[in-house]
Amino acid sequence: MATTGKVVGIISNLVVVKVSGPVSQNEICYINHDAVKLMAEVIRIGSENAYIQVFESTRGLKTGTPVEFTGHMLEATLGPGILSKNFDGLQHDLDKMEGVFLQKGDYTHPLEVDKDWSFKPLAKVGDEVEAGSWLGEVTENWIAHKIMVPFKFKGDFKVKKIVVAGDYKIEDTIAILEDEDGNEHEVSMIQKWPVKVPIKTYKNKPRPAKFLETGIRVIDSFTPIVEGGTGFIPGPFGTGKTVLQHALSKQADADMIVVAACGERANEVVEIFAEFPELDDPRTGRKLMERTTIIANTSNMPVAAREASVYTAMTIAEYYRSMGLKILLLADSTSRWAQALREMSNRMEELPGPDAFPMDLPAIISNFYSRAGFVNLNNGETGSVTFIGTVSPAGGNLKEPVTEATKKAARCFYALSQNRADSKRYPAIDAVESYSKYLEYPEYVDYVSKAISPKWVDNILEARNILVRGRETYEQINILGDDGVPIHYHETFWKSEVIDFVILQQDAFDKIDASTPIERQQYMLEKVLNINNTKFAFEHFEEVNPYFKKIINVLKQMNYSEFESEQFKKFEKELGEIINEKAVVETKQI
Amino acid sequence: METTAFQKIHTKVDQITKATCSLHATGVGNEEMALVNDRLAQVVKIEGDLVTLQIFSGTEGIPTNAEVVFLGHAPQLAVGDELAGRFFNAYGQPIDGGPEIDGKLIEIGGPSVNPVRRKQPSELIATGIAGIDLNNTLVTGQKIPFFADPDQPYNQVMAMVALRAKADKIILGGMGITNDDYLFFKNLFENAGAIDRIISFVNTTENPPVERLLVPDMALSAAEYFAVEKNQNVLVLLTDMTLYADALSIVSNRMDQIPSKDSMPGSLYSDLAKLYEKAVQFPDGGSITIIAVTTLSGGDITHAIPDNTGYITEGQLFLRKETDIGKVIIDPFRSLSRLKQLVIGKKTREDHPQVMNAAIRLYADAANAKTKIENGFDLTDYDKRTMSFAKDYANELLAIDINIEIDTMIDTAWKLFDKYFSHAETGIKAELVEKYGKQIK
Ligand SMILES: Nc1ncnc2c1ncn2[C@@H]1O[C@H](COP(=O)(O)OP(=O)(O)O)[C@@H](O)[C@H]1O
Ligand SMILES: [Mg+2]
Repeated sequence: MATTGKVVGIISNLVVVKVSGPVSQNEICYINHDAVKLMAEVIRIGSENAYIQVFESTRGLKTGTPVEFTGHMLEATLGPGILSKNFDGLQHDLDKMEGVFLQKGDYTHPLEVDKDWSFKPLAKVGDEVEAGSWLGEVTENWIAHKIMVPFKFKGDFKVKKIVVAGDYKIEDTIAILEDEDGNEHEVSMIQKWPVKVPIKTYKNKPRPAKFLETGIRVIDSFTPIVEGGTGFIPGPFGTGKTVLQHALSKQADADMIVVAACGERANEVVEIFAEFPELDDPRTGRKLMERTTIIANTSNMPVAAREASVYTAMTIAEYYRSMGLKILLLADSTSRWAQALREMSNRMEELPGPDAFPMDLPAIISNFYSRAGFVNLNNGETGSVTFIGTVSPAGGNLKEPVTEATKKAARCFYALSQNRADSKRYPAIDAVESYSKYLEYPEYVDYVSKAISPKWVDNILEARNILVRGRETYEQINILGDDGVPIHYHETFWKSEVIDFVILQQDAFDKIDASTPIERQQYMLEKVLNINNTKFAFEHFEEVNPYFKKIINVLKQMNYSEFESEQFKKFEKELGEIINEKAVVETKQI
Repeated sequence: METTAFQKIHTKVDQITKATCSLHATGVGNEEMALVNDRLAQVVKIEGDLVTLQIFSGTEGIPTNAEVVFLGHAPQLAVGDELAGRFFNAYGQPIDGGPEIDGKLIEIGGPSVNPVRRKQPSELIATGIAGIDLNNTLVTGQKIPFFADPDQPYNQVMAMVALRAKADKIILGGMGITNDDYLFFKNLFENAGAIDRIISFVNTTENPPVERLLVPDMALSAAEYFAVEKNQNVLVLLTDMTLYADALSIVSNRMDQIPSKDSMPGSLYSDLAKLYEKAVQFPDGGSITIIAVTTLSGGDITHAIPDNTGYITEGQLFLRKETDIGKVIIDPFRSLSRLKQLVIGKKTREDHPQVMNAAIRLYADAANAKTKIENGFDLTDYDKRTMSFAKDYANELLAIDINIEIDTMIDTAWKLFDKYFSHAETGIKAELVEKYGKQIK
């Protein structure tokens, strides 16, 4: 019989329940409050009492109110129909809820139980299968959604029966499996999985090395991310974290995007709701919303569900990865989830760690990041979950617990600089401070020398050097004065500005500039490197600034033009003329 | 407030702290209101049958045999058309000598809007101030604070913006404002002939600080009533949110909670977000826009209050005295309207975004030139031109005493570009220069 209990204490959304029987850590329960059920999760267990965090406002709740325990942890419902959905942090379908305002206890089904899906079997009677094996598929938007042996199934099974191709509903039995002891198990198109537990039905997880194109120049060129990689974007408010995440979600080369809007502004999610159904996915020609799932737990939604929302999102991403797909998971902002943990930990009067965050915060963060990755599935296919989270450091100071813990867990570091944002040098990623560990992976270098160009990595390192040298020279000029340094200092500085203005800076709101395919990035990078290798004859330092401004201006016009269009070539020709004005040796390639 | 006959009266208080008292009682709901010797209080904690009440006006003089009556509901406000033109205290009781509102009672601090039901904000709010309309355009449904040191005229600027915006209702939530500022708002609204559109909830420095915790929810609940039920465009003014946050820290401190940064409660982000996120564009045409004030100390935006605010709001408007021209300007570097993208170049002229960015970039170059002077270096010709430009730009566009149309603002910027710079130096797209800036070489 299910355990029940009664409310004996209420401190904001932390509720103390006196229980009648066994309960387990992270078990889900419901409080029967005034004819509505309030969902909650056990977060601590004492000798007689369970401490639960309620995923709703507890206004009006009284002691003595009955509580029912469910016997399971928070679970995601996995099956066809997840794509294009807008869920809350607990995977309730927001579109199915009635009214303009969210009602307490309005828990809607994540999927459509009445919808017919055209199922095609992939396995046949007699096949040996295990958790995660593909039994069949249905077409979801444009993805071949695999119906798998439930991840909870332990051991080896044999397919005893599988239905013929045809229309089925998600709860219909599509296969019967027999376990080693001869027991039969019915399988439908949906399964449940506890969100805090990683789905591990793959063969192995090699180091990721395949370049994942994002169309964002400073990322692809300078700090690349890979399929199955991890990255994080820390930055003070207003430096462009969300714009960057939106750009990634629109442009990244992935089969599916899962966006966890975690504890940030509702209007930013509304932007996705409004735009994605209209915008085209250049790879498939379909609408962006068709490859996107949104988990929205914005800052005004229940705080306790913030933590759940990122796990729900990760579980959905892992589920689709098991189908052999390339998933990009974005979370904005992981700091809000950490803050939610802090609020609860404070209410439970736990001994606080740095900045009053719970002591185990670093472990929680690194466990979460470790769920991303590139996997070889048991059937020889591959899949990946790439995860990029934002971090909102208090006071913009990167020496704070969430940033520091995340830095240890993520392999790419995209540092947004307040200075760059203030001077509108967007995206404000500081290309010198930021890094991608993948650039150091021989597997990666190998991959891009074949996929992009043998010179690619060398070119990037050279460009990076130019930026570093430009920065040093700029400091020198500031100390010694414009006329206190040799003219070539100005030249060095302005050559680094060319890279800054033409490669690093990118207008996320310009139709053409917003996304740059890798061939075009390669072309433009070579172009600016050639300029860098050209010697110019200047008589006076005052000539340097206007001259390079002209060069930058023309290069920017090229960025705004369709690649290799008439207009593009016109500006390119103009550029050649400007360069020839002052170039010491004629440079033919430009 | 009257108690009804059947309500049980408790007369034994067990514990009294500076802000709270505790007593044994059953059948009490979380966040329920109560009267303790006629002072309003609210349930903040229940442990078994021990109920802790926060007394808004403080516990001075509360005896252990105080009369405690539970009211059976969360904080409420009576709403109706009669709210218009009226002044109330933090509890929603009239302070203008007028009658009580005989309207429907709603609980304040109600549920959030389902994000999928929100509409994307899209209506531009013109204020005539170029520092706002040109560089940091506001949109209905937005939430944005002024960040200002206490000596800046933030309440005046905010009131001016409110009166110029074409809102159906303006709702003022005053928290810890001085009596003088309260009278300033009152006179200004009356003299502008706008009083019928205005509703005020005011907690002045003469009232107990903890009471002001109710003010934003009062103002926002009234706003929801007009925006949802009457489909009106409502502008809510909240001043000063720093004093609101200070009251939060007083309460959490008295309840022995572990403070996080700057002695603020760990839940500051969520507490502020719950208020600011009430800004919304409703599907049926109504909207709530929030303009707030967050006073800074010594311009420090890394303090927990402005820092958390910046993470929540859709930008901020920074007031600063520009010594070169002796006027207060909207600082283009640190100010930001995150929703401007939704309207600039779409509802305004197509050259708006690029002109705005170019001017700010050139203004930044002038700031660099100034640093050069401070370090004792010579200026280049370009430096000198940017400095002259900066002065004109501050005078003709950034100063808060500007009141012109947006097209005029854009034209003024072109005029200044033309006066001081070449086309390449502005870095504006060629086709736009062609179309709007012909004079430029
Ligand atoms: N790549 C970009 N191009 C142009 N403007 C940008 C870019 N990135 C950020 N911005 C500007 O900065 C503002 C704040 O960006 P946002 O991503 O919301 O910051 P954060 O999430 O870090 O607080 C945006 O509203 C926009 O005006
Ligand atoms: Mg953001």
